[in-house]
This record gives sequence, C-alpha cells and structure tokens, in this order.
Amino acid sequence: MIAFLKRWWADCPPYALALFLAVTPAWAVQPDEMLTDPVLESRAREISRDIRCPVCQGETIDDSNAPISRDLRLIIRERLVAGDSDAEVVDYIVARYGEGVLFNPPAEGANLVLWLAGPALLLAGIAVALAAGRRRVAPDVVLTTEEESRLKEILKE
Amino acid sequence: MIVELGHFALILALMVALVQSTLPLWGAHRGDARLMALAGPAALVQMALVAGSFAALTWAFVVSDFSLAVVVSNSHTLKPMLYKVSGVWGNHEGSLLLWVLILAVYGAAVAWFGDNLPDRLKARVLAVQGMIGVAFLLFLLLTSNPFWRLALPPLDGQDLNPLLQDPGLAFHPPFLYLGYVGLSMAFSFAVAALIEGRVDAAWGRWVRPWTLAAWVFLTIGIALGSWWAYYELGWGGFWFWDPVENASFMPWLLAAALLHSSIVVEKRESLKAWTILLAIMAFGFSLIGTFIVRSGVITSVHAFANDPERGVFILMILAFFTGGALILFALRAGSMEARGVFSLVSRESALVANNILLTVAAFVVFIGTIWPLVGSMLLGRDLSVGEPFFNAAFSPFMVALALVLPPGAMLAWKRGDIGRSLRGLIPVMVLAVALGALAFAMQTGRTALGPVGLMLGAWVGFGAMADIWARTGREGVGARFARLFRLPRADWGKATAHFGLGVTIFAVSAMMSWKIEDIRILQEGETFPLGRYEVRLDKVEEVQGPNYTSTMGWMTVTRGGAVVAVLNPEKRIYPVAQMPTTEAAIDYGFLRDIYLVLGDRQQSGGWAVRSYIEPFANWLWAGCILMALGGLLSLSDRRYRVAAGARKVPAGVPAE
Repeated sequence: MIAFLKRWWADCPPYALALFLAVTPAWAVQPDEMLTDPVLESRAREISRDIRCPVCQGETIDDSNAPISRDLRLIIRERLVAGDSDAEVVDYIVARYGEGVLFNPPAEGANLVLWLAGPALLLAGIAVALAAGRRRVAPDVVLTTEEESRLKEILKE
Repeated sequence: MIVELGHFALILALMVALVQSTLPLWGAHRGDARLMALAGPAALVQMALVAGSFAALTWAFVVSDFSLAVVVSNSHTLKPMLYKVSGVWGNHEGSLLLWVLILAVYGAAVAWFGDNLPDRLKARVLAVQGMIGVAFLLFLLLTSNPFWRLALPPLDGQDLNPLLQDPGLAFHPPFLYLGYVGLSMAFSFAVAALIEGRVDAAWGRWVRPWTLAAWVFLTIGIALGSWWAYYELGWGGFWFWDPVENASFMPWLLAAALLHSSIVVEKRESLKAWTILLAIMAFGFSLIGTFIVRSGVITSVHAFANDPERGVFILMILAFFTGGALILFALRAGSMEARGVFSLVSRESALVANNILLTVAAFVVFIGTIWPLVGSMLLGRDLSVGEPFFNAAFSPFMVALALVLPPGAMLAWKRGDIGRSLRGLIPVMVLAVALGALAFAMQTGRTALGPVGLMLGAWVGFGAMADIWARTGREGVGARFARLFRLPRADWGKATAHFGLGVTIFAVSAMMSWKIEDIRILQEGETFPLGRYEVRLDKVEEVQGPNYTSTMGWMTVTRGGAVVAVLNPEKRIYPVAQMPTTEAAIDYGFLRDIYLVLGDRQQSGGWAVRSYIEPFANWLWAGCILMALGGLLSLSDRRYRVAAGARKVPAGVPAE
C-alpha cells in the first residue's frame, strides 16, 4: 500500500498545491469546434460526456479545457463526419488512449463485479431479512408440548 | 506567543483525551464510580483546550501572522475578513483542527446534557469518544500540525484559492464536519452498548437525536457544496459523482438508514444488532471519506493538499476503529435479542426495506468510487468510473425507495394492512400519474426521465401529505384540521422531510432532462434566442475588484420585448494566486434559472458565450432545506425533552 502510494505520489507532482486547483473553471466545448449539423453535434456531445480527459483529475473531455481534450473532441467529430457509428468512435479512442478513458466501464470481464455488486447485495439483503423475519416470528407461534402444559398451568393460577 | 499557547493547548488536549479514553473505561469495568465520574469533566476540559487552540489559529489568520506556514500558504493581507476566518478551515491542517474541535464539542455535549444516562453507559460512551479524539489529535500533531512556524517569514501570503473565496463554500466544510463527526456519537454509543452487552428502547432514544442531528448537518453541508458547484464552477451542473462528493454522500445514505432503524429500536425493541452494525458502518464510511479525501489515492477534481504518509495514518485509524468495533460486534451481537416481533407486512418491515435499499445504494456508490483503485492495484488495469455508471447503477435503488416510501410510511406497527395503506394513497397515485402524463405530453420528444421523475416526486411528496392527513382521524374536516396542528412535531418532521425528498427527486430529474444548453460566438450588440427568451450581449468591459481584475459582460435577457434581467457574467483573474475563475451570472426564478457564462475573446472577434436554462433549479435546494427542516422539527419534538427528564419512567413503553 505504501509503495503504491509513494509511486502514485511520484507520478503526480502537482498535488502539493491547494484545494481544488484542478478545477479549472473555464469551460470546455468551444463554439469553433462545434459541427453545424445538430444531430451529429449532439451525438458528439453524448460521446464526449462518457470519455475521461486522459491528463485531468476525473473530468470528462466535455468539461475539461486541457489541450488533449480539445484534440479528442475534434477527433470524435472527425470520425462522426466520416460516417462512423457511436460505438466505432468510442472503439477508435479506446484503441489509442486505453480503456481508462471510459467513464462507463462496459459490463464484461472483471467489470461485471462492479456492475453486479449492487444487485447481488440487494438479493443477499432481502434473503437475510426474510430469514431473520422467519426466525423472529417463529417462537411466537410454535410451542412445545411442555411449554403448552406450562402455559396452561400459569393460566390456571 | 498566542500561537505557542494554541500549540501547547493541543498537546494538553491529547493528554486529557488519553485520560478520558482509559480511566473511565476501567472504572466502568470495575464499578468504580470515581473513575467513571472522571469522564465528564475530562470531556469538558478537552473541549476547552481544543477550542483555545482553534481560537489561537483563528487569531493567527485574522492578524495575518506569516510566521505560520499554513497562514502563508492560505492567506493574504488583502483578503476580506470573512475569508481570512474561513481560511482557517480552507486547508488540510486547519480543517483537521476543526474536525477535532467538533469531535470534542460532541463529547462535551454528552457530558453536559447526559445527566439522564446511566453512569456506566455514559463513562463508556465518553471513553470511546476520547479514543477517537486521541487518534485524531495524534494525527494532527504528528502529520499535519497547523502551528508549524517558518524560520524566515515572508512579507505576504500566497492567498486562499480564489474558488474558495465564496460565502457558500466558507460554511460548507463546517457543516459537513458537524455531520461526519456527529456520526462518531452513534459509533461511540454503539461500541459502548456492545461493551455493556445490552441495547434497549432507552438506548435507541439516546442515539436517535444524535444521528438525526448529524444527518441534518450532512444534508445542509452537501446541499451547500452542490449549490456552490452549481453557481461557481460555471458548468451548470450540480453533482458530478466525484470521489470527494461520494465521500460525503455515502455517510449521508447510511445516516438516513440509521436514523430510520433506530426508530425501530426505540419503539419496538427490534433490529438491535442491525442498528449497531449500521452505526459502526456509518462512522466507518465517514472515516473512509476522510481517507479518500486526505490521501488522494483516488483521483478527484478536488485536488486537496494530501500526501501518502497522511493517507496511511488515516488508514490505520480506520482499521483500528472499524476493525475493532466489528470484532466486538462479532463477539457480542448474539446477545442483542429482539423483543418486539413483527409480521412481514408492517412498518418495521417497511423500514427494513428502507435500510436495505439505502445501504445497497451506499455500497454501489462505494464500489464505483474505489473501482479505479481496485483496477490499478489488483487487476493492473487503468479503469475509470463516472457519471454514466452511477446514473445507471445507483438510480434504480432510489426509484425503488421512492416507490415503497409512501405506503410503507403509512403501515401500522407490528402488523399492517398493505391494502389499507394503498387505498389511502389512491388520490395521490392518480395525481402522480396524471402529472407524469401531462409532462410527457408537454415535452417535445425527449427521454422518459423527466415525466417519471415528476411522477415519483409527486408520489413521494403528496404521499407525505396524505400520511400526515391520515393521522388526523376520521371526523369532520374542521376537526381534522384542528388536530393536524396538534400532532407531535415528530409527525410534522417526518412529513416535511419526506415531502422534501419528493421535491428533490423531481428537481434532480427535471434538471437532468429538461435543461437547455446553448454555446456560440457572440458579437457585442448581437442577440440570440434561448428557449422562450432572447439574450443580447450589450458590451464587455474591464473592471477592478478588491483583490482581482474582472472581464465583465453586460447581457440583457428579454421575453417578448420585455426585459427579464440584466446579468453580468465575469471572468476574474486573481493576481496573487495567479488563477482565473469564471463567475456565472444567474437569474434565479421559481420555475427556471437563466445561467450565463462568459468565455474567451475569439480571434475572429466576439466572445464565446455559454448559456443554460436550468429548470426547477431552486426546487433542488428547497428540497434539501425541507429535508433538513424535517430533521430539525423531529429533533425539537417534545418527547426528546420529556425523555431527558423522565429517567424513572419504566422502560419498554413505546412512545407513539
């Protein structure tokens, strides 16, 4: 763990700075990048909202104003104009920048753990609650014959 | 000198906390009343010492004492006084001192108001609280000492990050900390109960107000942060599923679950072991949140000053407290026998459903937040998880929660009748579906999210109204109205908080689905249409502010020729911090906000302008305020005050 933290620390020198420095408040999509075709442009926006800026701290390329994000936004638009489908555009970017740019990890392989953890825990929770509920109700109803005779005695008194 | 006194007070506080965490615990074990009686005064002295230390640091910021390293890196002589003071907690060291101060204040509150607590329980609670104090005071003194002097003080400071020089953010951290640290009370009570080996209705009644208070503070803190992000960052968004945001959201979800399950403990003496476990997890997630924020292992847009050494220290604190409490839980949970039994259809079961859904939702947020870390450490893969995942994986649980809330809240304790509570909700159901259908018909070919959100929000919101109305009996309308205002405040609190949740659900889905965005280059004097409005850029000029220079746009919003608003979006540059910020200009409205952002000057002439219509934005904050208000109303209920003086009332009589 410590080794990991140290390596991570060495990789990322700018952290010595204060709170929130990474939030550059200027905004991302510039008017000159936008496509004139509104359908293609809205598809480009949809795609770029799911792509992480490779050099930023968890920003989408839609929000980021890093130069590489601009490049990626332009690439998306180029591919769309060239007639690619949305999936093809995403594949094109993943092939060049790695799966780390995907903010929406596909539900396959190890990522299935991520996607199925919630539903699995829900089912487990329901099962445990039902089992506990049955335990809780049971003693209320079932009395052994001994207990029954004892109960009769008590009621007689 | 004052600074040294502050430093010294902090070291003394550590010594007092050591005493507080050991001797009373021993006394409770041996039945020694004198040792147990030590806990209260120790907690009060610890609070006084930490408060003195905090006052000393505040003094250093107020007079700009640049011989202190934290003051140099976070303050400047020209900064307005409000931000000199808020700069105390606008940095890692000072914010931890605030954390420890709030912890000590909670401990002192138990010592002060806890006369009705059994001596043994009180001693144990304060001892556990003292242990948390020891851990964090050590952390503060060893890794993050705010009283570190510089041998060569500079003439002026480096200024607080300009984004933080904002009233919304000045009070965001204190509220969040009041919430995070408030959960330490539930934790201390839980561990004390495990040591005692018993939990009863009285325990539930002591834990509930603390949890409720922590939840109210967390609600306010998160809402303030979200509001700040909305108006300050200029993205027009309000929640980004960023790890640091998630770090505050997970404890909020678990605190919401805990305050509901402690109702079952208090009224029905059931769900005891589960409530204890939830209390441990809620504070555990507060610590995990602190770890995520302060270690920086998970990349976040909130680049706090952080380093690995601190991360490891917090990890050790986390392991000690949650690990220790869970081991204790494993040993003792079996002895927490439930007394109240309930059938499958009952208020208790509805609250169990609430607990399962909230806990699973918190877990989904957790796994999404740590998945990049799992990817890089265990799988050797570079993975990211962002908004699309959370929207898809988290929302279903909230939808389920919203669906079961109104009928569940109306079920009777012990054995309910689902048909009866649904019959009472038929008008609400009809109204919700009608509103959803209306919204679907009015919107122009977009997603189903908006109408569904409106339907769910109306179902929850009006359901809360139906719930409180149903409590007024079956007489004439006049008599029912009269009774409505005589209902206990806890009933009003429940209705208000649930209504607030409905408003929030609606506002979130409205903002996600009906937002209008426009990005374009605008010449001065040019007009463009934005939804039902026209926006004109009149002029752009340079303006000098107190500690910044600003490029300010003058923009006029009209509708059908009538002026709606004149707005001044700005781009500021803070020369000391060498940082630009964007100040969005917002015309707040009941049904919509008009949100304008000025961008860069274009080479071709003109300015880049980004504009939004944010539908029902104010409803989001109103919903959060209503939830917090509901919590406060419940907290002010007479029963808590009566309980405070009613020590001799036989336990086991559930308050209704």
